[in-house]
Amino acid sequence: MHAIQARFNYLPAFALAALADALQCSVAEIHSVSSFYHLFNHSPRAYDIRFSHNIIEIYQGKAALMQQLLDGLQLKQGQVRPDLRVCVDNTSCIGMSDQGISALVNGLPVTHLTPARITQMIELIEQSIPISQWPATFFQIDHRIQHKNRLLNSQIKAGDVLTKLSDKAQMWQTLQQAGIRGCGGAGFPVYQKWRLCQATPAKQRIIVCNADEGEPATFKDRVLLSDYPEWVIEGMTIAAQLIEANQGFIYLRGEYRYLLPMLEAVLAQRRRLGLLGPAAGFDIQIYLGAGAYVCGAETALLNSLEGQRGIPRAVPPYPVNHGYLGWPTVVNNVETLAQVTLAFLIGGQHFAQIGTAASKGTKLFSVSGDCQAGIYELPFGTTVAELLALANATEVQAVQNAGAAGQLLLSPDFHRRFCFDDVASTGSFMVFNRQRDLSAMVANFAQFFAAESCGFCTPCRVGTRLMAKTVEKIQAGQGHARDVDDLTDLCHLLRHHSHCGLGSSAGNHIRDTLTQRPDLYPLKA
Amino acid sequence: MAETAEIFIDGQRVAFQAEQTIMMAAHAAGIYIPHLCHHPELKPHGSCRLCVVEVNGRKLSACTTLAQQGQIIHNQRADLIASRRCVLQLLFVEGNHVCPACEKSGDCQLQALAYAVEMISPRFAHFYPQRTVDASHPDILLDYNRCILCELCLRASRDVDHKNVFSLQQRGDKTHLSVNSASGQLADSTLALGDKAMQVCPVGALLSKQTAYQTPIGARLYDQKPIAQGEAHDG
Ligand SMILES: Cc1cc2nc3c(=O)[nH]c(=O)nc-3n(C[C@H](O)[C@H](O)[C@H](O)COP(=O)(O)O)c2cc1C
Ligand code: SF4
Ligand code: SF4
Repeated sequence: MHAIQARFNYLPAFALAALADALQCSVAEIHSVSSFYHLFNHSPRAYDIRFSHNIIEIYQGKAALMQQLLDGLQLKQGQVRPDLRVCVDNTSCIGMSDQGISALVNGLPVTHLTPARITQMIELIEQSIPISQWPATFFQIDHRIQHKNRLLNSQIKAGDVLTKLSDKAQMWQTLQQAGIRGCGGAGFPVYQKWRLCQATPAKQRIIVCNADEGEPATFKDRVLLSDYPEWVIEGMTIAAQLIEANQGFIYLRGEYRYLLPMLEAVLAQRRRLGLLGPAAGFDIQIYLGAGAYVCGAETALLNSLEGQRGIPRAVPPYPVNHGYLGWPTVVNNVETLAQVTLAFLIGGQHFAQIGTAASKGTKLFSVSGDCQAGIYELPFGTTVAELLALANATEVQAVQNAGAAGQLLLSPDFHRRFCFDDVASTGSFMVFNRQRDLSAMVANFAQFFAAESCGFCTPCRVGTRLMAKTVEKIQAGQGHARDVDDLTDLCHLLRHHSHCGLGSSAGNHIRDTLTQRPDLYPLKA
Repeated sequence: MAETAEIFIDGQRVAFQAEQTIMMAAHAAGIYIPHLCHHPELKPHGSCRLCVVEVNGRKLSACTTLAQQGQIIHNQRADLIASRRCVLQLLFVEGNHVCPACEKSGDCQLQALAYAVEMISPRFAHFYPQRTVDASHPDILLDYNRCILCELCLRASRDVDHKNVFSLQQRGDKTHLSVNSASGQLADSTLALGDKAMQVCPVGALLSKQTAYQTPIGARLYDQKPIAQGEAHDG
């Protein structure tokens, strides 16, 4: 489907029909899958433009730029122009919140948008200049690595760690000593996950690198994949040896399609070196997502990998026992795999020397908002205040930690430490100064969850939409005490009755702001 | 196994067999756990979230959770009932359910459950979605207004009838049921009255045209006894 869309910019009915024919199913079944993913278009347009609609970009003035583009093209949001030239709409965070205001144009990120750049875009579109001929500066992504620690300070070439591995027993010991916990959110110990998978009898096992990075304002995995890919792939290959996997997948979010050629080249080079491919008994394939935050959830990711709708599965069975096509499968975050490589480079005990008792090593933070945005690598145990100071953040009103699904931190929390027992991080760290009206954040997150719910279970499918509507009503000055009660009840229902982690965390920002910032919910008498 | 395997539901001892879910064990013991998307002959699904119970302190769906020795389970606790009421309210918000005018009134599990948890008044602002009715089939009516996306028809058609008549389209609150025929119409599909898919719809979305309104309102299933006492449709 990606190939079809890359060629036509949408999925034409005749192409879906041909696909249905080839797969011997109905067009409706194909459409059932394609319509689940919001980056697939189902109607023609020459230019498809999606603004990253996250609070960071909103505070920077995204709405005005989008309006300028819409006016210039004489268009309404979400509508395809009658001449089928162009469509402009929003999309969830595209992982570029350190790159100014940005948008996907035919799937590729255009960053650092300014009024001047929008004017240029309007001209290019009206003149039908293909995006391959647009100025290269439009697509420039500057990595701002602001603070390096031992991972980002180290360098390896393909095979550096792999060729020096000891025997399996010692490798397991290294992994156990390092004490790495997953960086994707749940913080599950890597050693334990891999052991569980390896202990499940099977003819085949699978290792998946989760590069879906959908949590708003997270971009550390993007930076690792583009500047440190060998670390991630080396980590996957180490995993393959230990769990005895013969197949690996990188599930790359559709928004990062621009990284695909570079990553394919890295894999090809490794095949030439014999580190991957038939001789190595293990190979890696890149699978491109197509826009769905829920596919970052590992069981939804597995369904998506299998070419289905990205609905989370019921667990147990857990992927380590029953994953991709039923094979025992390890799913790990990009950063987790890079840290694994580091542990094998410097040794497990050495690895565990920094950090806290329960959280070993360093952590990458994607920092954005009212501060010096970029990547910061810091040891576990660093305080929130220390990170704020490093990032030159002043007049801080609030921090949203761990993305929209995370937690709101106000100044009394700034002495707290990043680690799994205190402030657990997925890597996203949004800073808001005193000028910001946090109501906009609440509204944006509520819209985000309503847009990204997969629709499988009742509390989340209906509850997230209802929550967004109720927030809108209150912010329009039409709120009553009853509406706040409704929000409280919906938060409770989402937390405890949802089928997956998306729904159970979808009310976190409302819960946090209701308790810590009730002033954001003004009510009518 | 030496001792008999048992779990405790609201303090009551319930025996179970290996591979049984909490829902199955409860059902075998005559204990009713509310549900809409579950059918004993179909693979557990876990989407409606009505059967959420508390198992050893954790909220889990009874239909997808295996019974395990010694589990302490709460089913009829006030907070759980309140949550179920909220789930039902959400289902009413989402669709267009005009019970008094519905052919299924009195036979509908959604309506019966709403009575059972005393959901007497509407609560949230309803969405009033624009949905259609498919009356193309000679024997069958599909009213999308009443569909609660339980996927029972979809699963029955795919897994029991092996016809695969239905699929879901789109995502989130735009998710909707559709028919896998070239025209998207039921008339063009292989669905037949005798299909399992025709027997499982918990609401009035998939109806037989021939028997419509034959049983007078008042003499229907849940008019006679509340849903918790007699689980008629799915035995
Ligand atoms: C809604 C949702 C979205 C998620 N998104 C991601 C993601 O983008 N990247 C990721 O690594 N993990 C994500 N996770 C967590 C994964 O389910 C899984 O725990 C993780 O990939 C495991 O890797 P780790 O053990 O290395 O952390 C998400 C979870 C949920 C519930
Ligand atoms: S909570 Fe339910 S509806 Fe929401 S994403 Fe998870 S499975 Fe889908
Ligand atoms: S038509 Fe009925 S059985 Fe089918 S999904 Fe809708 S409510 Fe469920």
